[in-house]
Amino acid sequence: MIPRLGSGKARTLTYLTLIAVVFFSALPLYYSVVVASRDNSALADVPPPLWPGGNFVANVEKVFDTVPFALALLNSVLVAGSIAIAVMFFSTLAGFAFAKLRFRGRNALLLITVATMMVPTQLGIIPLYLIMVKLEWTGSMYALIVPALVNAFGVFFMTQFLSRALPTELLEAGRVDGCTTWGLFWHVVLPVARPAAAVLGMLTFMSAWNDYFWPLVVLTPENPTVQVALSTLAAGYVSDYALSLTGTTLGTLPLVIVFALLGKQIIGGIMQGAVKG
Amino acid sequence: MATRAPDRPTAVPRHRSERFSRQLAYRLDVKASPYAYVMPFLLVFCAFGLFPLVYTAWVSLHDWTLLSDVHKFVGLDNFAFLLGDEYFWNATFNTVSIGLVSTVPQLLLAIWLAHLLNRPLRAQTLFRVTLLLPNVTSVVAVVVIFSQLFGRDYGLINWVLSWFGVGAIDWNAGTASSHVAISTMIMWRWTGYNALIFLAAMQAVPRDLYEAATIDGASGFTQLRKITIPMIKPTIVFVVVTSTIGAMQVVAEPLLFGTYSPTGGPDRQYQTLSLFIYENFAKLDFGYASAISWMMFVFIVIAAGINYLLTRRSGGNLT
Repeated sequence: MIPRLGSGKARTLTYLTLIAVVFFSALPLYYSVVVASRDNSALADVPPPLWPGGNFVANVEKVFDTVPFALALLNSVLVAGSIAIAVMFFSTLAGFAFAKLRFRGRNALLLITVATMMVPTQLGIIPLYLIMVKLEWTGSMYALIVPALVNAFGVFFMTQFLSRALPTELLEAGRVDGCTTWGLFWHVVLPVARPAAAVLGMLTFMSAWNDYFWPLVVLTPENPTVQVALSTLAAGYVSDYALSLTGTTLGTLPLVIVFALLGKQIIGGIMQGAVKG
Repeated sequence: MATRAPDRPTAVPRHRSERFSRQLAYRLDVKASPYAYVMPFLLVFCAFGLFPLVYTAWVSLHDWTLLSDVHKFVGLDNFAFLLGDEYFWNATFNTVSIGLVSTVPQLLLAIWLAHLLNRPLRAQTLFRVTLLLPNVTSVVAVVVIFSQLFGRDYGLINWVLSWFGVGAIDWNAGTASSHVAISTMIMWRWTGYNALIFLAAMQAVPRDLYEAATIDGASGFTQLRKITIPMIKPTIVFVVVTSTIGAMQVVAEPLLFGTYSPTGGPDRQYQTLSLFIYENFAKLDFGYASAISWMMFVFIVIAAGINYLLTRRSGGNLT
């Protein structure tokens, strides 16, 4: 049996605490919608406005006039989308090798993979920038996509999943039927890996969408991602919070919608990855 | 029937040589495929992860700017200058201060929230999804939103504080107040995420331990202290170490808070180490920026190591 929750009073207290947490988690997002739908001068009111106004559309138009926001959205979709697809594919491929194939150096390589999850890549940002200068990729989306095509977390995540979920007998049966290793990957591994790969893809998409520091370093304000455009907006219009927060709302909305629809699976993935980590 | 497992039962080889080449292909496939499959990861990691990290050390030994093609080797000069640079120590202090103020309450709160969620509750999914909502929000969005909330004149937070007779606080201006504001942003974004990770670990704790404790009359808090925390110790160590690494790298919050500037406020009152690197990077002083990166790497290893040992030790005392 599951543990009792205790007395009615304790139960009430638990719910009250959690509702307070929900309130404080949602409040800043709600308030940004409030500000985004107001005229900037309305923010000087005492008391401050607490519910949405009718200025949202006008603010949105102003955002698109101030920064290349449509281009930013397109870039972000392109970057986050291709990174997510590549990470899903390459992580499943490497995860299959680590989980189910025997080869010399497997354990050592897996250990390196786990260790690199801990290494702060931000420290290598200067040589990374020099590489991009050499390749003439500064200011281009290649600079964001190529280094992120596959990462240690994804490989580890898929290795864990496949070593649990992929029955070795299934692979042996495939071998008996004359499958090459690639055939096994295509016909046996991919169908089994699909749910975990989907979760990995969503997590990757979200973090690529939200990535800020590296895009800021390597891109220009003329060809930005959403996050870079948002920071330009915030930097140039420090006092115009209505404008900044309209941009923020627009840039966050797509993710929040995806998250509201698929939140349960995403959370499942995070919690699964966590226990193994 | 086939004589060999890997061959198709129908495709009986006509010639000895064909059979041989098939075997060869099979061997090659089995031997080489695994390497081919991990190769994309290794290539990307070596080119864009490992190489830059090592190359940072090389750059840090030079007088290296992007403006000149000549990079003069200067040995440890950059590091010597660094150790005497008060801005560096200021950034180190700010990083540690913001790290402590954001991480310690955050992890305690996260454990407590996970403990609350680790019970049969209605609307579990709703609670979990809302907990993670801040983490889905981008750092940029978080800072922009909180800069408005922490505004001196029209911010919501000062407005609420004014009910209690607190005068308008200029959150940007002071060292302590700006650290609190930045830590609040970090906490808001990460508490729920860490709570879910703790919750995942707690769900793996055998239920009968709690049953026995309940029969013995142990309170919820005692159960948390005596059963849950010792049982999820590995996860706590993991979260503490990753949070430490994360806290050492805080950069977007101080960059975007208030006036967008890599100095972290006019008096550098909230410039973190990463932001200090970015400031020198923006000045195209790559040699010096690389030296700071390596010092920071050393700090991260030390901080993560200390926290690793501390959490392991304290967990041991609790059992």
